Amino acid sequence: MSATFVGMPAFPVAAREALADSQLRRNLEHATHTIRAKRAAVVGEVDEWEELRLAGAAIKDNTLLHLDEYLLQLEESLQARGVTVHWARDAREACDVVARIAQTHGVDEIVKVKSMVTQEIGLNEALAAQGIVAWETDLAELIVQLGDDLPSHILVPAIHRNRAEIREIFRRRMAAAGRPAPENLSDEPAELAAAARLHLREKFLRAKMAVSGANFAVAESGTLVVVESEGNGRMCLTLPEVLVSVVGIEKVVPTFADLDVFLQLLPRSSTGERMNPYTSTWTGIAPGDGPQEMHVVLLDNGRTRALADDVGRQALRCIRCSACLNVCPVYERTGGHAYGSVYPGPIGAILNPLLKGVGVDEQTDSLPYASSLCGACFDACPVRIDIPEVLVHLRTKVVDAHREGPPKAEAVAMKSASWVLSDARRLGFAERGLGVASKVLDRVGRRVLPGGRRALGRLPWPGSLWTNARDVPAPPAESFRAWWRKGGRP
Amino acid sequence: MKVAVMVTCINDSMFPDTGKSVFRLLRRLGVDADFPEAQTCCAQPMVNTGYLDEAVPVVRTFVDAFAGYDAIVTPSGSCAGSARHQHAIVARRAGDERLAEAGPRVYELSEFLVDVLGVSDVGAYFPHRVTYHPTCHSLRMLRVGEKPLRLLRAVRGLDLIELPAAEECCGFGGTFAVKNAETSTAIGADKARHVRATGAEVLVAGDNSCLLHIGGMLSRERTGVRVMHLADVLASTEEDA
Repeated sequence: MSATFVGMPAFPVAAREALADSQLRRNLEHATHTIRAKRAAVVGEVDEWEELRLAGAAIKDNTLLHLDEYLLQLEESLQARGVTVHWARDAREACDVVARIAQTHGVDEIVKVKSMVTQEIGLNEALAAQGIVAWETDLAELIVQLGDDLPSHILVPAIHRNRAEIREIFRRRMAAAGRPAPENLSDEPAELAAAARLHLREKFLRAKMAVSGANFAVAESGTLVVVESEGNGRMCLTLPEVLVSVVGIEKVVPTFADLDVFLQLLPRSSTGERMNPYTSTWTGIAPGDGPQEMHVVLLDNGRTRALADDVGRQALRCIRCSACLNVCPVYERTGGHAYGSVYPGPIGAILNPLLKGVGVDEQTDSLPYASSLCGACFDACPVRIDIPEVLVHLRTKVVDAHREGPPKAEAVAMKSASWVLSDARRLGFAERGLGVASKVLDRVGRRVLPGGRRALGRLPWPGSLWTNARDVPAPPAESFRAWWRKGGRP
Repeated sequence: MKVAVMVTCINDSMFPDTGKSVFRLLRRLGVDADFPEAQTCCAQPMVNTGYLDEAVPVVRTFVDAFAGYDAIVTPSGSCAGSARHQHAIVARRAGDERLAEAGPRVYELSEFLVDVLGVSDVGAYFPHRVTYHPTCHSLRMLRVGEKPLRLLRAVRGLDLIELPAAEECCGFGGTFAVKNAETSTAIGADKARHVRATGAEVLVAGDNSCLLHIGGMLSRERTGVRVMHLADVLASTEEDA
């Protein structure tokens, strides 16, 4: 399992590869449109959806405003229920805690509940380096793990795979990881699921230790919540003796009653279901029932950095539903891998730079630009994260981070544009230049556009960035301004 | 009411006919609008690419040019959105509240016609098969809703065909169109495919920037579909036919 996002190229380069893969494009279009339609249908039937969104945003904002108090309350509640609480500043500290617990119990394998945060910190790789195998038990995560692949969607990590590809992965890779795929496995979804079920059951029954994340952590009671569809998460949460939950500090909610809002918002936004099949809640250790040793690792890993950003902090409201991915025109074409992170799509385009900081690496700095700012993500977001607003804000931070040092061609172009566009006389002069050019270009333009204007064909760089796939009309002989000046009136 | 037209930099330099159409249309509706010659651009290209310092003098020019007008009408949902929603960001950056002053007085053309003038039928005649793309910023930033469609439905002779997946972005996105050119055109190709599927002769939208992109793809694919700004359609009368 060596696949990693580390060292991924910047978004435009990574996207190019994805765009050229026609199978991937078909898989993505089919999957995103299917989930999009399901979501729209079940959201449409809730009259007070907008009120729910406002409530979700308000609860999260209030929690983030008093995060220090709620986290201490959560720690106290957990400890009162026999749970050991660990604080981790970054990925490495969190991974070390989990590895140490595994070593204390002498286990060389663990089972995992589907969790974004353990992927964020690279837990599987860190455990592997200590000789501990981490088995993914979510069906789609299993497909990704067996295929030595990377997740490309928050909710459906194998969205880039179709069922024929999944059958091939099972047939070739399952045997090396445990129970092999049955003979004559077809690509029928039910048969594929049955093969995964048999394969995973052995792991559930054998495992001594499980690792989970949490969708929510209730401060007043110390209750952790995992929302899932398959029931494999619940197997992990109930069968092993030791349970370690890695929880991002933004997952805390003040009261159990707050779950009322989020358990309505989340399933409708993510899978497009009124309610998800399995919601597991557990409040510390129940003697004689379930895991008898529990740990919670509270993880920062950049969250306090994001919290310090007054525009960007709204990204910490995110409940990882992935509705923004499914409606995004960019994600639909490029898929998740191009974002170079376990958090892809619109939320990834803001969350990664907020967690990691901008001005450090080119890949992270490219993410806020991976959007046409169409705004579909904001409309779909169940906690009203104004993703376009944060994208524009982060673009400013990226530009500001590079203001020292030699300017890029883009910076020079923007400074020139600013100079021309801050004075009407300068703009008028530039337009006269276009008018002169039009007399030449009009002759070069080979095609006449419907409507009568001439089109320019392929231009040299940087014009080629436009004209590789798009014509452009030749500039007019006279600008509006020039026409008006001449006394032109309609 | 003192009305100014913000023609926008792209219409001024690349699509002057759209600017002329706005004036023809407003004149026909009895509005004597001005073209303040000091106007240039709304500064959206700088703001949306992250160059806030560079946006400051452009917004200052904008605010000065339109000082004293009650309504600033523009044939662009995107530029209207930029003025209304983003000038405040530029003002904060510059520490100058005055820079946010003009934004609230800016109306996208269909908003001005329907909300301010209270008309749906502008007396236009355009005997063609037309489909309409509701551009993202008109749709999701300004929430103009059905206004452009109400105006188009009242145009005599016009056969309006619904565009499949109309609310999906065309992929233009300003500097996104060149910074992520391949993704931009991949999105645009699907928009062009939907336009072709309607069998319309003309694709209409409220933003020439989006139309520059979609039209550029339709032309490259030799579809024969013409792109036209909403203002150009609404300005057309029997005399033009």
